[in-house]
Amino acid sequence: MSGDHALEWLRREGRIVIVGASLAGLRAAETLRKEGFAGSLTLIGDEPHEPYDRPPLSKQVLLGHASADHTELPRRRGLDAQWRLGVAATGLDMAARRVRLADGDEVEYDRLLITTGVRARPWPHPAEAELDGVFVLRTRDDAARLHRRLAASPRRVLVIGAGFTGSEIASACRERGLPVTVAERGAAPLVGALGGVIGQVAAELQRAHGVDLRCGIMVTGLEGDSAGRLRRAHLSDGTTLDTDVAVVSLGATRNTEWLAGSGVGAGPRGIACDAGCRAFDIRGIVTDDIFVAGDVARSPHAIFGYQFLSLEHWGNAVAQAETAAHNMISSSSERRPHLWVPAFWSSQFGVNIKSVGVPSLGEEVIVAQGSLADHRFTGVYGYQGRVIAAVSFDQTKWLEFYQRQIETAAPFPPEYSSVDRRPEGLRPVPADFPDPSLPTHGPSVTVSGYSPTDQRITFTPARA
Amino acid sequence: MTQDTLLRQITDYANRADPYPLYTELRKKPVRQEGDELFVVSTYWEIKSLLHDPRISSDARNLSPGAAGTLLQEEEASPLPPAFLRLDPPEHDRLRRMTMRPFGPPETPRRVNGMRGELARIVDGLIDGFGDRKQVDIVDDFSYPFPVTVICRLLGIPREDEARFHAWADTIAAGLDPDPGGDPGEQRRATHEARTELGMYLSGLIDERSGAPGDDMLSALVTQHGPDGRMTRMEVLSTAALLLIAGHETTVNLITNGTLTLLRNPDVLERLRDDSRLAVPLVEELLRFEPPVQLLPQRTTLADIDIGGTTIPKGASVWLVLAAGNRDPKRFPDPDRFDPDRPDIQHLGFGSGIHNCFGAPLARLEAQLALTALAQRLDAPRLVEDPPPYRQNAVLRGPRHLNVSFDGLRS
Repeated sequence: MSGDHALEWLRREGRIVIVGASLAGLRAAETLRKEGFAGSLTLIGDEPHEPYDRPPLSKQVLLGHASADHTELPRRRGLDAQWRLGVAATGLDMAARRVRLADGDEVEYDRLLITTGVRARPWPHPAEAELDGVFVLRTRDDAARLHRRLAASPRRVLVIGAGFTGSEIASACRERGLPVTVAERGAAPLVGALGGVIGQVAAELQRAHGVDLRCGIMVTGLEGDSAGRLRRAHLSDGTTLDTDVAVVSLGATRNTEWLAGSGVGAGPRGIACDAGCRAFDIRGIVTDDIFVAGDVARSPHAIFGYQFLSLEHWGNAVAQAETAAHNMISSSSERRPHLWVPAFWSSQFGVNIKSVGVPSLGEEVIVAQGSLADHRFTGVYGYQGRVIAAVSFDQTKWLEFYQRQIETAAPFPPEYSSVDRRPEGLRPVPADFPDPSLPTHGPSVTVSGYSPTDQRITFTPARA
Repeated sequence: MTQDTLLRQITDYANRADPYPLYTELRKKPVRQEGDELFVVSTYWEIKSLLHDPRISSDARNLSPGAAGTLLQEEEASPLPPAFLRLDPPEHDRLRRMTMRPFGPPETPRRVNGMRGELARIVDGLIDGFGDRKQVDIVDDFSYPFPVTVICRLLGIPREDEARFHAWADTIAAGLDPDPGGDPGEQRRATHEARTELGMYLSGLIDERSGAPGDDMLSALVTQHGPDGRMTRMEVLSTAALLLIAGHETTVNLITNGTLTLLRNPDVLERLRDDSRLAVPLVEELLRFEPPVQLLPQRTTLADIDIGGTTIPKGASVWLVLAAGNRDPKRFPDPDRFDPDRPDIQHLGFGSGIHNCFGAPLARLEAQLALTALAQRLDAPRLVEDPPPYRQNAVLRGPRHLNVSFDGLRS
């Protein structure tokens, strides 16, 4: 009974604070209001802008088809919220239920939602990263800066890293007619996300569109002139490349440093939470009042063996935010699990790429429909005899079917006949993902003490 | 009531005016076996899932001999090869892409919207043509001539030939009606003759356009050299015939059904008259509530498929009853209510998946403009009879006539 009263009180006049004013934060706030939360709502964001949409930044904005200033996310309803924009959260006091802000202020909450997302991983050499002409692309301001530079017709653009963002940037540059070199450490573009077999198709696409694609290579240094302008890049094969723009696309770092020492189970790989979006503390115990959603969350997924997944997907941010918001103001029996099947899309070199499931779990891949040579196909990934993911190049309309196959743990390889199955699609081949034993992030939690009552768990921030 | 009689009742003309109670009955079992090799699917999620299932073929050649029946004979007898509607990938994808090139994005993103002014002029011209009359047949005087004029202009059919088209298209569309009570031999013969004549006419037009291409779609289909190469002459013929017929029969019913629904819901009609922006959600709801294509009878299975508690065996004929799925209470709350304010309206009116209606953007715009113009210009419109007389066709369902009286025209 008292629990019901507490919930009733929370919904009526409680204080909810959302740290992270981007897609997930905004959608969560909207869901809270939609589901009847009438208390005070505060959104905290370190950027000065209202929530905006990121997918256009690496596509339409770089092409000049859309302005970086005009990517605001549409509002579904009035929020009646307090906005604290342009001020970062710097700390959290779990016991006192208080968020500390960079301007010295503190904000109290009854429920906290963390949606701080990720930021672009910077070039590892700070002095080189400072050179005029070295860019990253994550925020609206990044996109505006890079667009201005591309519009000034640089002699050559170097894209460092051929993941999705890097490949989209290279595509936009080619569409603008700019010479582009892409340097990728792996054997092919998109290899970490989709494996080497599909990566080869991505490589063909890049080369067919005039990209100077160099794989199996690292950029070892960026060199500037006396005025601090980027002039050339040094590559691990001993060659140099004259370039005046380099875009660092080496993935993302999760924004969790502000939680160091707070007791929340946060680290470089995100904030661990349960399937209901409730954050774990560093002891592995689920919290009742702290929730997580979006890119910064790591949650166990029932369909994928309860593995903790962290996803940088637009659709995941929306779905998880809605689930988190619902659960924040619901009793335990009304809570819902976040069961969203991972899905993302990309548009590059005139091809629409879309994936469902978790391709990187795949051991084998089969071309279930279409043909790799046509650059128009659906690849299906298998893991331990079941379908675990699918990716399509210009064939998105079949993906709903494969999503259902993933959800129902359908057997792999598929044995049925289907339309557009070609000879190459009769047998699966190894998906060819990079060796997972390559260096990764170290442990971030250590246990001290011997007897159960003495044992303490300590969070040790690791370098991303 | 046996399963067999349920399907027979749906195709029975007596139930044409209101098949929805039958659909409700049908949905009690998501997948129903009708006879040996015919399966009828009537619930939203099952239909949606089959529309995205690569184990489903649109190519009649994949039917088992037993399920094929007259359908296959009809295909073989046709003088034109199957259009992309009746093909599977990769041929389907290639032809559809090549047809899309002069019609829509990415190559021609503004084609449909660029016709907005012309469409509005055609609509106004037709309404002006009502003259001093205080009663018109919305079908003959408005919702039929409008899309027919549009598709002829789009394809580049000379205006003086439009009348001949109506006759051919009527016959061919009637041939799509799987009327179990009709005479299949006679129906086939008439369809065959109409297709042959249409083919010969189009063939002549193609010769003309190859030499002197215009800005129309037929010229584009004949002359294009895209990444997919070019269409053969027979492919152009099939494609043009498909567009012509699809452009004829479906939008007519959408507009007529829309007019009927608005007259049955005068409050919505009034809202539309005062705010033309309502036309967009209203047409979406219409596509859910009274879809012009009620069911897709031309799919077959390439493998055994377990769905809705039934195994549909390989080679079976599958009918997807879109109109029943659109009113599935498991998908849409209060589904039998016409409500243009629904926030969530992912209807099946245009199908889904790779065969998702090619002409949807054009059909939407035509219906939005047509219904708005009627709402704004007819003074105090009312139905003369309800229900109106319907066409024979159970697949492409709509009134044959829709007599509407009114006090006069507003300018």
